[in-house]
Amino acid sequence: MRPLLAAAAAITTAFVASAPISAAHAQGKQLTLCWAAWDPANALVELSKDFTKETGIDMKFEFVPWTNYADRFLNELNSHGKLCDLIIGDSQWIGGSAENGHYVKLNDFFAKEGILMDDFMPATVVGYSQWPKNTPNYWALPAMGDAVGWTYRKDWFGRPEIQAAFKQKYNRDLAVPKTYDELKDIAAFFQGRNIDGKTVYGASIYTERGSEGITMGVSNVLYDYGFEYQNPKKPYDMKGFVNSPEAVAGLEFYKSLYKCCTPPGASNSYMSEGLDAFKSGQVALQMNFFAFFPGLYKDPNVGGDKIGFFVNPAAKYQFTQLGGQGISVVAYSDRKNDALRYIKWFAKGDVQKKWWTLGGYSCAKSVLNDPSFPTSAPFAAEFLKSMDMVKDFWAEPSYAQLLQAEQKRVHDYVVADQGTAKEALDKLVADWTQIFKDDGK
Amino acid sequence: MTEVTAPTVFADRVAAATPSTIGRSVRGLSDRVIAWLFIGPTILLLLAINIFPLIWTIYLSFTNYRANRPNAEVKFVGLDWYQRILGDADVWAAMQTTAHFVIWTISIEMVLGFGLAWLIDKKFRGHALWTTVILIPMMLSPAVVGNFWTFLYQPQSGLFNYAISFVTGIEPSSFQMLGSVRLSPWAIIIVDVWMWTPYVMLICLAGLRSIPDYIYEAAEVDRASPWRQVWSITLPMALPFIMLAVLFRGIENFKMFDMVNLLTGGGPGSITEVASITLKRQAFESWRTGYSSAFAIILFVTVFGLANIYVKALNRVKQR
Repeated sequence: MRPLLAAAAAITTAFVASAPISAAHAQGKQLTLCWAAWDPANALVELSKDFTKETGIDMKFEFVPWTNYADRFLNELNSHGKLCDLIIGDSQWIGGSAENGHYVKLNDFFAKEGILMDDFMPATVVGYSQWPKNTPNYWALPAMGDAVGWTYRKDWFGRPEIQAAFKQKYNRDLAVPKTYDELKDIAAFFQGRNIDGKTVYGASIYTERGSEGITMGVSNVLYDYGFEYQNPKKPYDMKGFVNSPEAVAGLEFYKSLYKCCTPPGASNSYMSEGLDAFKSGQVALQMNFFAFFPGLYKDPNVGGDKIGFFVNPAAKYQFTQLGGQGISVVAYSDRKNDALRYIKWFAKGDVQKKWWTLGGYSCAKSVLNDPSFPTSAPFAAEFLKSMDMVKDFWAEPSYAQLLQAEQKRVHDYVVADQGTAKEALDKLVADWTQIFKDDGK
Repeated sequence: MTEVTAPTVFADRVAAATPSTIGRSVRGLSDRVIAWLFIGPTILLLLAINIFPLIWTIYLSFTNYRANRPNAEVKFVGLDWYQRILGDADVWAAMQTTAHFVIWTISIEMVLGFGLAWLIDKKFRGHALWTTVILIPMMLSPAVVGNFWTFLYQPQSGLFNYAISFVTGIEPSSFQMLGSVRLSPWAIIIVDVWMWTPYVMLICLAGLRSIPDYIYEAAEVDRASPWRQVWSITLPMALPFIMLAVLFRGIENFKMFDMVNLLTGGGPGSITEVASITLKRQAFESWRTGYSSAFAIILFVTVFGLANIYVKALNRVKQR
């Protein structure tokens, strides 16, 4: 009987020990958070353990690869699914999610709990939380600040023979590029160069056609050359702004960069392909979102002393493409109150600080304006500069159509050599005009 | 004896266990009613999963409905989408791309498939083994084939480029099968031909084996040359089978999606954007449900119409 009694005692002990969790489950004390599957998501899992400790609410996570992220979760929202209680949705989703009632409006909650949007970086509030933009209507809490930046092979840049060869060719020192012209020179210099017995290439840039890749890439150049989404004085008036001579020059430059200085086969390259190219020692420069930089810095082959970071270079202006997301409560969730508790917890200063240390990019001023922030990580100073010069794609409810139109027009020109830059942007104006017309705008 | 009696015993037991009222009512049913009892569930299922979605799609094609705006007011737009689709240069470009794929893949598959069937039909030593080997690509899933060929086509590490390099001496990384405007359509055609030629071969083989030997024997008695035999006996008699293969592959390739999506996603640019990829982009990336429904109907009518014309021609050939 003794083993039987012991087993019964063990089972009882286990049952009693797990009672709070079971009770939490029994009361539905579990929240599901939906996001993309990438490094920062792992950091959030780690961070959320504190929330569970504090509240007894279990956290479950649904992470979907970037390639399916929008399809999967927009389908979920459109079908009023209850899978996600909380969602970290892309910045462009805000308009549609607000107008279609997918997200809970957070104004009253913020007011009640004393959560101030002034405590977050202005660009992230506009980009991730507001709809309509620049109005005090909040649908998300800025959660993951992000923007496009660049990485470079610091170790290659530091080699005397490479420096000498560069100086001989361009009559200046090989250094972090400040302008796009300088960047192109460096990329062209490395293209096809033999380093340690291996052929390397200039730069990995975004060229992906299917989702949003090439748009996210080309915008970095277009903004700098003078592209505007619309007439600042007349909304949805795009002629002469989207297809301005400056925008045409920017698009031509992006194509020239793609043609001269990217690795063979990089015609459909986005975040993960860029990471692969850089990690495998194929390229000297890489365009990518800051979210990946902590992981790259830790990489045993190209991280540490071998990697350097810089902000998007300038042309006539200096901007960069906004990435990142806000965290929202899904309107169809049965656990809205617990979800709001999570947001309240996430907004706390100490949680935001820990979020940054774990590898997430906090948008809180308390973290970013801390004097020690720029030196807290090798890429922190660049991130801070970037968040001060971000621009975002349309966040209109029709953003998906607007995005697909740009994907097509730009890819047709840059990668597939169809027509001229002017024709591509003229067609884009026509597409976007029609989309807004269909929307009654 | 057991095998014969067992069902009878079972039937007797069922009959005995059936309440007499049911037995009487079943006995009173006509053949037609019993037939409907059997066919009814199937028809209901067909209505539910085939006919209803079709009617619903037709309805949606006249509205401005968008799946990503379920709360928005649905307005009747008449023939607007049809008009816009038929006047859209991008749609016509996609249709043209589709037509190119269909024509090239079918032409090559027919020539190779018939050639292989003709060789296999000779029943040389090991022909059964070769038949099995040839059929392997057809047995793989398109998802596997797409990923497999994506790796093969990698300019820096793919075996395809190295094979071409070995034969021609061209530097492997100097050309991109999937990223090049000139080569990417051919990259897809090569994969489709590799995968589906065996299917055409099977159908042609069935056709060749249906030709009675005595016809060839008579031809030989008449001293017909081998070429003459192929031209006057083999091809005409196998023609209905060849036409059937063209029909099957034509319909399949008109709808071709998985392979293109996996290999190029319609790119570079829109060079390999066949109609089904355009449809997917409009329906599930741009969320233009009404528009994409209209497009789906246009594609359906096109395939249905062409297939009907073709089947009539096929019947005429069979009746010859």
